[in-house]
Amino acid sequence: MNKKKVMSLVVSFFVYGIVAVFFIWAISNSYFDYIFSQSSTFLYLLKQHMQLVLVSSLLAVGVALPVGILVTRRSFRRAEWLVSNTVNLGQTIPSLAVLALMISILGIGFKTAVFALFIYSLLPMYRNTVAGIDSIDENLIDAARGMGMKPIQILFRIELPNASYSILAGIRTAVVLNIGTAALAYVVGGGGLGVWIFTGIQLFDNGYLISGAIPVTLLAIFVDYLLRLLERKIVPKGSKPPQET
Amino acid sequence: MITFDKTTKTYEGGVTAVDGVDFTVEKGNIVVLLGPSGCGKTTLLRMVNRLETISDGKITIDGEDSMSLDQIALRRKIGYVIQSNGLFPNMTIEENVMIVPDLLGWKKKEKRERFNKLMEMIGLSGEKFGKRYPHELSGGQQQRIGVIRALAADPPVMLMDEPFGALDPIIREKIQDEFLQIQREVKKTILFVSHDIDEAIKMADKIVLLRGGEVMQYDTPSEMLVRPKNEFVREFFGKDRAIKSLSLHTIQDLQEVIGLANMDETISDTITINVNHDLRNTLSMLLNQEADQVIVIDDEGNKLGAITIDIVQKYLHFEIKAKPTLVQKG
Repeated sequence: MNKKKVMSLVVSFFVYGIVAVFFIWAISNSYFDYIFSQSSTFLYLLKQHMQLVLVSSLLAVGVALPVGILVTRRSFRRAEWLVSNTVNLGQTIPSLAVLALMISILGIGFKTAVFALFIYSLLPMYRNTVAGIDSIDENLIDAARGMGMKPIQILFRIELPNASYSILAGIRTAVVLNIGTAALAYVVGGGGLGVWIFTGIQLFDNGYLISGAIPVTLLAIFVDYLLRLLERKIVPKGSKPPQET
Repeated sequence: MITFDKTTKTYEGGVTAVDGVDFTVEKGNIVVLLGPSGCGKTTLLRMVNRLETISDGKITIDGEDSMSLDQIALRRKIGYVIQSNGLFPNMTIEENVMIVPDLLGWKKKEKRERFNKLMEMIGLSGEKFGKRYPHELSGGQQQRIGVIRALAADPPVMLMDEPFGALDPIIREKIQDEFLQIQREVKKTILFVSHDIDEAIKMADKIVLLRGGEVMQYDTPSEMLVRPKNEFVREFFGKDRAIKSLSLHTIQDLQEVIGLANMDETISDTITINVNHDLRNTLSMLLNQEADQVIVIDDEGNKLGAITIDIVQKYLHFEIKAKPTLVQKG
């Protein structure tokens, strides 16, 4: 057994150890009790949290993907810097500030939270779409054109399948980030599991804090896993990065 | 047949890449566009399937002005092979090869039959390779797939842009031979870009030597080697062009014209060489002095006679250089 393997074994034992100790500590202090004693509230908040993530992510995919595809077309190339900078701007503003700004425009509530999360998800999705399409070998496009493929056929048969790995990775990153950020929705009255987390903070109640935070974390890990499975299904076998096959 | 008629390409800003080019690629011929980097050979090739626009003059394919045809339809009728094979990594080998037939709406059964036939031509099993992906194949195999992909819909015309340029010398030679073998069968009209003189001499029925977008000489390889039209052509083919011209002739040609030397039965240290061997390699072999006597044999293994450096030199002197039969063009 080589050194690298030993090291990775030690590190993973260490990490799992910490997680195990944490759970033992949390359970022995009955910090998870709220989930069971107030299960209907918990489920309601969880559902709300998932709705926030789902709606904002779908909206972001619906905007980022077409825009990313559009700016990689020959005739729109020149617009790329403008779009990229606009999207970057959305990302550079701190997420709390985005929320606060949205309150002044949309008021408080679900809509505001969704909109802020939507803005925040755009960049990773857009970036990866553009990068994925840009990374395709120019020669492939040349060959496709030379064989008489129409631009739309090149897009759907060559560009998108070969960029799919990058595009899906962008969506996955954005959605997972989104699950964490959605906890802030509480601040603008958007609900979600952030309600318990902030209640926990304000009341110094570890029970609320952990009953809110741990499900959010688990949700993020679970969704990440689901999206990885989806990637494996969608990305064509031949265009996967070598280390994945 | 492809005809270039004062074909010109001028880029915005006034740079002329191709300047009033005039020549015809006869049906079933391979014409090699040869020249140094930046001479406009690739641009000229890409103007045929309109990947580059034509600024002036025209290109006709089988009598039809290329500009009168729909761009997409035109390209589907022209096979296109590029240096980096251009196979799509997301598609299997079979899907890659059958792209144009697929675009043209062939039936599934037709496509399958065509695929297996094409794979047979390059000596690969369609069954075994059809479901694989390009990255699972070697460079040589990928390039072969690139070639049969261009042949898939049986286009009368093919454009090949340094198709074998990225391969190592041994594989390249093998694939060149294989391609010439296929060409004898399919007889396509081929425009072929190369910067490799040896490749051009080997593959071409005629060579177009370009410089700065202008045609320096359009001739058969042997004419070009023996009677270069100007200083540029002379220099381009180099000081060893006499030796290069030998690769166009076989021992058979030599035997038919001046005959072989008599065999000396007393010499025991001999090696044999096939009569279809080209004279350039034969000469190299003679110069290597691997044996005291080199015996020429035919395909059945019958000994036809001996070959020596003197005889090759004599052939070069009298037959290639002084041959008055080929009328000089221009």
